[in-house]
Amino acid sequence: MTRTRTVCPFCGCGCSFYLVSEGDRVKGIEPSPQNPVNRGMLCVKGWTAYEFIHSPDRLTVPLVRKQGALVESTWDEALKIVSTRLNDIRTKSGSSALAFLSSAKVTNEENFLFMKMARAAFGTNNVDHCARL
Amino acid sequence: MVGLAAAFGSGAMTNSIGEFEDADLFLVTGSNTTAQHPLIGSRMINAVEKGAKLLLIDPREIPLARFAGLHLRQNIGTDVAVLNGMMNIIIEEGLLDREYVENRTEGFEALKALVGSYSPRVVEKISGIDRHDLEKAARMYAAADKAMIVYAMGITQHTTGTDNVKSCANLAMLTGHVGRPSTGVNPLRGQNNVQGACDMGALPNVFSGYQSVADAAARKKFEDAWGVSGLDDKPGLTIGAMMTAALRGEVRALYVMGENPMMSDPDSSHIEQALSSLDFLVVQDIFLSETAAKADVVLPAASFAERDGTYTNTERRVQLSRKAVSPPGLARPDWKIICEVSRLSGYPMDYGSTADIMKEINLLTPSYTGITYPRLETSHGLQWPCPNEEHPGTAYLHRDRFSKGRGTFLPCDFRPLAEPPDEEYDFLLTTGRIYFHFHTGTMTRRISTLAREAPEAKIEIHPEDAKQLGIRNNDMVEIASRRGSAKARAEVTTCVPKKVVFSTFHFHEFPINALTNPALDPSAKIPEYKGCAVKVRRCA
Repeated sequence: MTRTRTVCPFCGCGCSFYLVSEGDRVKGIEPSPQNPVNRGMLCVKGWTAYEFIHSPDRLTVPLVRKQGALVESTWDEALKIVSTRLNDIRTKSGSSALAFLSSAKVTNEENFLFMKMARAAFGTNNVDHCARL
Repeated sequence: MVGLAAAFGSGAMTNSIGEFEDADLFLVTGSNTTAQHPLIGSRMINAVEKGAKLLLIDPREIPLARFAGLHLRQNIGTDVAVLNGMMNIIIEEGLLDREYVENRTEGFEALKALVGSYSPRVVEKISGIDRHDLEKAARMYAAADKAMIVYAMGITQHTTGTDNVKSCANLAMLTGHVGRPSTGVNPLRGQNNVQGACDMGALPNVFSGYQSVADAAARKKFEDAWGVSGLDDKPGLTIGAMMTAALRGEVRALYVMGENPMMSDPDSSHIEQALSSLDFLVVQDIFLSETAAKADVVLPAASFAERDGTYTNTERRVQLSRKAVSPPGLARPDWKIICEVSRLSGYPMDYGSTADIMKEINLLTPSYTGITYPRLETSHGLQWPCPNEEHPGTAYLHRDRFSKGRGTFLPCDFRPLAEPPDEEYDFLLTTGRIYFHFHTGTMTRRISTLAREAPEAKIEIHPEDAKQLGIRNNDMVEIASRRGSAKARAEVTTCVPKKVVFSTFHFHEFPINALTNPALDPSAKIPEYKGCAVKVRRCA
């Protein structure tokens, strides 16, 4: 069993817990006793937060729309389509024709890189997330 | 956030979660704390058990009502009138903190002039709150030594959301209730990294650390660090404006990372049309959300358990979360996907780890400069502002002065709901959340315990209204607004006031945001989820 310290993925409290895992399988949760936010406690969502990780509904391969349907693809193909299409639209209609929706669920580092990509790589300030919702 | 930043110079929660237990009084408004922030809710209950007072201002009888010394149930959307009324009483009765107002604030005369017209009688007429209760509330709040205002989306999700927030800030400054331990104004953030997403500049008008894109010096700093020139100096589009621009053909491509606007945004048929009119939609997520199902390309991302990185909670605490297991199949952490897209698009980004990205954040973001991985690794997080590596972090804000110098009173007049009930649409729909589910339900509905406890959406309706419409508990009920309709089972309860129905947006088969009003607060651009006109009927 391995114990890895993480932060709860749900509300803004930011409770800290250890994920107890065996190999690549999370088996349970132990709240951090010393963390000043939750002091060893969790709510019902926190206690069960590990379950959705292994849901059979997880996306595991890139998908690309072909003839109207999303079909399994490769990273090479999917990433190439993304960069080509974004750059084509930028060339044709300008940077302001691109928009980027970031996330209150991903890390600080990822939010920082996402806004950096929008601004530095694609030249637009059209970047937002759902703080308002 | 806009409102609080204008008044204080920072939009963040002023105090720490640990300070809740030492408060003397909580003014909770627009936050169903035990359901949405359970660990903060339990702190408040502990404090009440130790003798703190709870003043609740909420139209619904939420679970915290049991612990409230006084519960004011205002008509939906009348918060500004209620808060102005309290301030009027405080000024009239000389309960304000004159020294604080004199030494730390500006704009008092304008506030005094405006709230003067909100007599208890006037406020009673607007809000439905008994004038004697309003007086009690004003005296309770003013008399407390350590008073915390706590609010969430019940305050912000209105067309008057910014005014609501400013009014909370006005009330706190008037009584000197900002800038001490267990004393301040505390907006509770809804998602685990909303605070961080804002701090990191995932906003149309600022870089990380709220450095304005319109500020030439800030642009120069980021241009130098990023090796680019000519960063855009005009604020970009907010979510709502992106959707409108997509409908008009001005935005042609949208890149969505870990969001589900099809479920979370108001007037979902409008969102669907907007997404359909794009030339290109890419969605990066852990599940095939309603939004991802409409994409041209879907990129599989890692969940929180499968990546390293930091999150900033509602009390500005940055905490490090480590990778416990590998992502399933070919899924990758978002930061690696972003680096790849950027590289292929001609702007290489090279980071060996998330610690490398944090070094760049430290360099460019003054409030995060001292928040490094080695420090986070050995602690339980650091609260910004943390300007250098020796700084212990900041438990509460605005200690001797406000972030912007003097705090500014920003008086606001009451404005009614954008869509009040009328003869045909005679009920108000107010939306919210329940204890067992989170946001659009993509994660929590896949957890067996939670799905068992709360398997389906319920529409809460008052017994008198239910009787009149022939609705019994668990009957199928349809609610319809001018924009759309949805069906769910009724829960007949006095938790909602008369002529109000309540439900949630957790259930994709009950898309409540087909009904909600996309009318926005003019400055924060937050939609009015907390009140729109609907009609209610029992399904045959």
